Amino acid sequence: MSEALIELREVSRRFGTPNGALSRLLGQRPAPIVHAVDHVSLSIRPGEVVGLVGESGCGKSTLGRLAAGILKPSDGQVFWRGRDRADFQAAALKSARLGVQMIFQDPQSSLNPRLRVAEIIGEAPRVHGLIGPEGFDAYVDAQMRRAGLDPTLKRRYPHQFSGGQRQRIGIARALAVQPDMLVCDESVAALDVSIQAQIINLFLDLRTELNLTCLFISHDLGVVEHVSDRVAIMYLGRIVEEAPAEVVFSHPNHPYTQALLAEVPRLENRRSHFGAIQGELPSPLHPPPGCHFHPRCPHAMPRCKVEIPKLREIAPGQKSACHLNDVA
Amino acid sequence: MTLELRDLHTHFDTRVGALRAVDGVSLSVRRGEVLGLVGESGSGKSVTGFSIIGLVDPPGRIVSGQVLFQGRDITGLPEPELRKLRGNRIAMIFQDPMMTLNPVLRIDTQRIETVRAHDNVSHVVARTRARDALGQVGIPSPDERLSSYPHQFSGGMRQRVAIAIALLHNPALIIADEPTTALDVTIQAQILAVVQKLAAERGTSLLWITHDLSVVAGLADRVAVMYAGRIVESGSVDAVLDRPMHHYTAGLIGSVPSRNKRGAKLLQIPGMTPSPLDRPAGCAFRTRCSAATETCAQEPPLTMPEPDRTLRCFHPVRI
Repeated sequence: MSEALIELREVSRRFGTPNGALSRLLGQRPAPIVHAVDHVSLSIRPGEVVGLVGESGCGKSTLGRLAAGILKPSDGQVFWRGRDRADFQAAALKSARLGVQMIFQDPQSSLNPRLRVAEIIGEAPRVHGLIGPEGFDAYVDAQMRRAGLDPTLKRRYPHQFSGGQRQRIGIARALAVQPDMLVCDESVAALDVSIQAQIINLFLDLRTELNLTCLFISHDLGVVEHVSDRVAIMYLGRIVEEAPAEVVFSHPNHPYTQALLAEVPRLENRRSHFGAIQGELPSPLHPPPGCHFHPRCPHAMPRCKVEIPKLREIAPGQKSACHLNDVA
Repeated sequence: MTLELRDLHTHFDTRVGALRAVDGVSLSVRRGEVLGLVGESGSGKSVTGFSIIGLVDPPGRIVSGQVLFQGRDITGLPEPELRKLRGNRIAMIFQDPMMTLNPVLRIDTQRIETVRAHDNVSHVVARTRARDALGQVGIPSPDERLSSYPHQFSGGMRQRVAIAIALLHNPALIIADEPTTALDVTIQAQILAVVQKLAAERGTSLLWITHDLSVVAGLADRVAVMYAGRIVESGSVDAVLDRPMHHYTAGLIGSVPSRNKRGAKLLQIPGMTPSPLDRPAGCAFRTRCSAATETCAQEPPLTMPEPDRTLRCFHPVRI
């Protein structure tokens, strides 16, 4: 595992705090604690695109933020180039932080509406000393051109751009600090199909050009299948399956992955019968015991209700967390 | 024929001129048929839906054209007449179910109100009907759920409640505006299953407005593709998706990632949708189209290249 650029080892993230002494004394009920990410391990090699798939509330964005260093894990460790990020001193931490950048879903709310585009893109590289005052304009122009934006528009404000162009600004801003890795959190979800295709193509180009490593978070399996080398499927805070993209989409192992793939509408499937999977995503406040998926799983056994299945290798490169693999 | 639109024009009068949101739309939905109306943001697909049941607010207005519902012209009917149709014979489902549900009223209050708005029945009968409708859309323990508030439901459940309200009066036509866009894949599939079943059992016609070609492929019988206020192509799902004739339809299909080889560049449509205030004359797609010629500056006529298929293009995609 030494070759991994980033490795998350048994990381957990809980939201909400246990009661202090005073509130216990006053007999207040403890605030509920959400286990957004529950002992997840995931490593990403340099130049690899890992797709992270799951439904809303499964913790995929939290995991992305843990990888980007925006959130600190409650438990577990994050290794950056083989070293524990918690041990980093200030300078090393800063460079490690610059090394991972995020691209968000909604460029509208992630771009400062009062700054001109040149400032949005150029601010971080200037603050971090990547460029001096004399190189500023040329640098911003180059970043804009690379993201497919016309540099003559750099004096404009974000609201003067369309949704697709704003997403390009977000990409240019993330790449301006020359990161090693990108975390794309639903970066194309809000775009129209034809604009989405343009952004995916830009992403594929940049990936080849810059040899980017990427954690690509999305609920859209079609997009993930298209861009990812490896795919991890998340359900209620845990990774239930992880494998190379072609394996996940051709031989899904976990019943949840199978159900998810069966439900994806595809152009090829005409007048299909929907509704193979029953029930709803349980609340992350009160996840079911054992395997989180057992109340909705068609193959659930008594063991699934009590014992948490471990994510383990079932075929070379393919990992799955399901007790059924012990039976067969 | 349950619904027919004839050359419908809905414009919004703005300070900079008339915004032609719907610019000559003709379509028809037969009894028991699901028509997918596909388009990207700003194509006018939602305004088309609103125009049908007279929900276009000023400064928007239907400038010309006709809306025929079961053969009767309902364009410009006075409000009391429209109210008799709305929620009764024609129902609408929105993207955000909270647009339909009142957040401060319990589900039973809202539903009994809906039943009694159109039928003169007792409170008890209305309540029974409300409960049965909840059961039909697959909500567990409908009796207890009736006395809940909308915020106590999850997003998918809320959308089902909204669908159950739409079904209360057994409408002949349901207009669904992106009803599953905000939902997760598994929940979307559950909603689609409910809708599919009900349409088949009751012969309800559906106008399904969406940007998602894949959902249309799985659900609809026919599809109409809208671009810049016009329907550029329509026909059976198999015909349009397998043999698109308009370059915009072909581009849209090519943009869907699953149609492409993994990791390969997607076919993309250059440029972006023109502003409705500043559309190119003639074919609005010609500035993004690879096959465009000078002829395209003229208005492309509505043609029928095959039975049950319409097209607005001078240079159809060759198959």
